[in-house]
Amino acid sequence: MTSSNVGIVIVSHSKDVARGAAEMVRQMVGPEVPLAHCGGDPGGGLGTSVESIMAAIAEAWSDKGVAVLVDLGGAETNSEMAIELLPAAQRDRVVICNAPIVEGAVMAATESSAGSSLAAVRSTAEELYAGSMVR
Amino acid sequence: MNAEDIRLLIDTLAERVIAASDELTALDQAIGDGDHGINMKRGFEAVRAEGPAIAASDLPAALHKLGMTLVMKVGGASGPLYGTLFMALAKAMPPDPDRAAVAGALSSAIAAVKARGKSDVGQKTLLDVLEPVQRALAKGADAQGLRAAAREAAKATIPLKATRGRASFLGERSIGHMDPGARSSEIMVGAVLDALEQRT
Repeated sequence: MTSSNVGIVIVSHSKDVARGAAEMVRQMVGPEVPLAHCGGDPGGGLGTSVESIMAAIAEAWSDKGVAVLVDLGGAETNSEMAIELLPAAQRDRVVICNAPIVEGAVMAATESSAGSSLAAVRSTAEELYAGSMVR
Repeated sequence: MNAEDIRLLIDTLAERVIAASDELTALDQAIGDGDHGINMKRGFEAVRAEGPAIAASDLPAALHKLGMTLVMKVGGASGPLYGTLFMALAKAMPPDPDRAAVAGALSSAIAAVKARGKSDVGQKTLLDVLEPVQRALAKGADAQGLRAAAREAAKATIPLKATRGRASFLGERSIGHMDPGARSSEIMVGAVLDALEQRT
């Protein structure tokens, strides 16, 4: 039995940014949202790793789905690749949010903690750009 | 294609990309985040290490394993892009392809890379080399013709303004530099042709 809340995954080029963003989510939203983060390329430098992203999705897995927050381009491309490599039954329940990584993670987690659907979690995070709170 | 030829192909690809690592990094330092050579080297060192396992099966399976290794080990955006290229080639390639089969497989692999990168020709990316090479291949160009097509296409990225990838952050300042992904594609095209010519 997985959590009744949508999981949140934070993918940054930097391990420190990912950990810091996750720490903010934990402190602001609390422990009831499945949360995982990853950062750094397979060699430990700045970048992202498909393997780590897949592991983070597994860690934050919820049958209600997982929302992924990313920073720069490669994080998005690698996250899309990771999602495509998931088992078919999981693939359709993971989405990447077009939102700023820190604010997006906090907003998505807040929405998730209310028991909302994956679509609602995503749209709350994406409103950050739509409503020009950022940019 | 037999196991020995596949092994030669994989090893030549790995050797050439690893040897070009510093050059690719220098190109990427000019317009990107300076890690293309390092990332590609890491990926192809893993490919080289797994060479015997990769070459143990037929050509489509070997291409698939090669792609997966790059996806898992490269790290930058080039990992999923080149990984997708080889995995899509694997899907469309028969075990013993003729020219038409390779041209067809490359065409569908290029479409997969476009989808993965949400990009198209003219944006100063690896696609600006892959597509002209595919066209030359489909038109019947020989090895020299294909090398020339790759070289000219990579050179032709110099005056382009990047509108996709990290270089696009630079806007006008990306003009005047060769795209690192275009150059690594040119190197891979050369490696494949050399390996095919060395076949016994």
